[in-house]
Amino acid sequence: MRIKEHPIIDFKRGKPVSFTFNGREITAFEGETIAAALHAAGVRVLSHSHDLKRPRGFFCAIGNCSSCLMKVNGAYNVRICVTPVREGDRVEMQEGRGDIIAKA
Amino acid sequence: MLEKTGVPDPEQVKDITPSEERLQKGPVVIVECFQNIPCDPCRHACRQGAIKEFEDINDLPEVDHDLCNGCGLCISECPGLAIFVIDATYSEEEGLVKMPYEYLPLPEENEEVTGTDTEGRPICSARVIKVQNAKALDRTPVVTLAVPRQHLMKVRSFVRKGGE
Amino acid sequence: MTSLQKPEIAIVGGGPAGLSAALSAVRQGAEVMLIDRDPALGGQLVKQTHMFFGSRKEYAAIRGIDIPGKLMAALEEEGPEKFKPLLDTTVLGYYDDGVILADKEEEQAMLIKPQKTIIATGAAEKMLPFPGNDLPGVYGAGAVQTLMNVYGIKPGTRVLMIGAGNIGLIVSYQLLQAGVEVAAIIEGAPKIGGYLVHATKARRAGIPIKTSHTIKEAYGKDSVEGALICSLDENWCAIPGSDLDMKVDVICLAVGLTPQTELLWQAGCEQKYIPELGGYVPLRNEKMQTSLPDLYVAGDVACIEEAGSAMVEGKIAGLYAAADLGYAEKVEERYTSYYRELEELRAGPTGAKIRQGLSRLNGGV
Repeated sequence: MRIKEHPIIDFKRGKPVSFTFNGREITAFEGETIAAALHAAGVRVLSHSHDLKRPRGFFCAIGNCSSCLMKVNGAYNVRICVTPVREGDRVEMQEGRGDIIAKA
Repeated sequence: MLEKTGVPDPEQVKDITPSEERLQKGPVVIVECFQNIPCDPCRHACRQGAIKEFEDINDLPEVDHDLCNGCGLCISECPGLAIFVIDATYSEEEGLVKMPYEYLPLPEENEEVTGTDTEGRPICSARVIKVQNAKALDRTPVVTLAVPRQHLMKVRSFVRKGGE
Repeated sequence: MTSLQKPEIAIVGGGPAGLSAALSAVRQGAEVMLIDRDPALGGQLVKQTHMFFGSRKEYAAIRGIDIPGKLMAALEEEGPEKFKPLLDTTVLGYYDDGVILADKEEEQAMLIKPQKTIIATGAAEKMLPFPGNDLPGVYGAGAVQTLMNVYGIKPGTRVLMIGAGNIGLIVSYQLLQAGVEVAAIIEGAPKIGGYLVHATKARRAGIPIKTSHTIKEAYGKDSVEGALICSLDENWCAIPGSDLDMKVDVICLAVGLTPQTELLWQAGCEQKYIPELGGYVPLRNEKMQTSLPDLYVAGDVACIEEAGSAMVEGKIAGLYAAADLGYAEKVEERYTSYYRELEELRAGPTGAKIRQGLSRLNGGV
């Protein structure tokens, strides 16, 4: 899913970093957001709606829509589309509203 | 109808086609710009004065085909990628079409490709004569195709054979 | 809480309008703090791979992605000591006493009390209601651009584009450049809304443009597997039997923008609903000054338009915010030239809607 060559843009990808999503190891590049890295790894469902449990995916990419809220290193409700991925991040799908008091 | 389909009408194309007499003299520009939008890089790009001074930035480019020497400097300057150069004097059977092409991979010179029209439909076989991609073109390469002469005013893009 | 910062001018939003406002104010001699929630300046410019239209003064024939660098270089030249960018910082509130509350990533919240504030927060994308519009695989056009042009990641393999305005047409072309197939561009209106040169570019690359068409439904189990589209009659009603099933894994919504006016509401400036300008927009005078004398606006937050006009509005707002602080060199002369440029950009048929909206905003009918 990554663009290998582009006629206009020269993608300067950072060095590879690895993180886990629901326990699965994923390789990303420094400078990417968690959501971009998950998308590149083929992960399309990022959360579920609270009542009907309908799948939610990558939608706005600018931290507005809340469809990508996840638990990152123990902290709930992280907007992964505007959060840069870091080496060793533990990213988990969040069911429900999460515990807002929980700290990393 | 252009506004409905995105495809210029034959009458619109006829209006911007140079005279047969001019076509016989060599390469000449075809500016397929049919809508008054605020845009004027083409007239700044032309060093021959063939694209007349705009009174208003929303004017359509008005081309004096007799002043145009077909140099093609305007092709990669047009933000709409709407400028082409055709040369009806290339050979008995074939003419040349120069066009902007911002996709990868770029074709090779001498490669056989399929010429396509303003609707992306294949219309003829074509041969790549030249691929220009100098720094000054700022990532808008210009590809020159040899096409059967009757298709000079039709071929506006191409697809690579066996490619995408 | 950190101590109160007191820049002469604060600008919220570092897109084309905000950056131009910063340049204009710094050029006058004022000291500017430019606040943006992104890690880099440029706003949506950083995703625009195509060459811009408009006038040479506003970077026509230059690619959008290259414009922030040019503006930054100009700022560097005018006096880097007067320009303070504050990145990764989200403005959360604007209070009655003119204090801005901002939150910088991983730092404490901060309070800023500028003498003049320019709001250049841009626009948000509109949504379209249809069954299945919440499925993964339905994206806003901005998200598709972010994935493709910022991170170099394809959104999927086959896309249905909803909307034939400039954004729908341009993003379709960018998808082709990224090696992604575009099955069709559909548009509810009977005519293409964007520049026709963008439409002809998409057409000759083989993308069908279906005007008077809309999406009825997106379907798929865990993500988009296809869409039903149909034709519309002249009253925008679905024509029975016209359904078409399109197998796509991405549906991209490019159905318009609306000004991000939250801070303006919070500040309490007067606004008016002007559909031609994109929704509620702030009342302002020719200086781009709102009903609150210390608050200016520029760009899409004031009126949904092209980036070129946003940049000129930024120049005007920056000029007067600085002039009101006493940095009044050549104000009339510069304003006259900026004003003339805006008039020119809006003079043609594609500017008719903007002209009408502005006239309604200023009390006309």
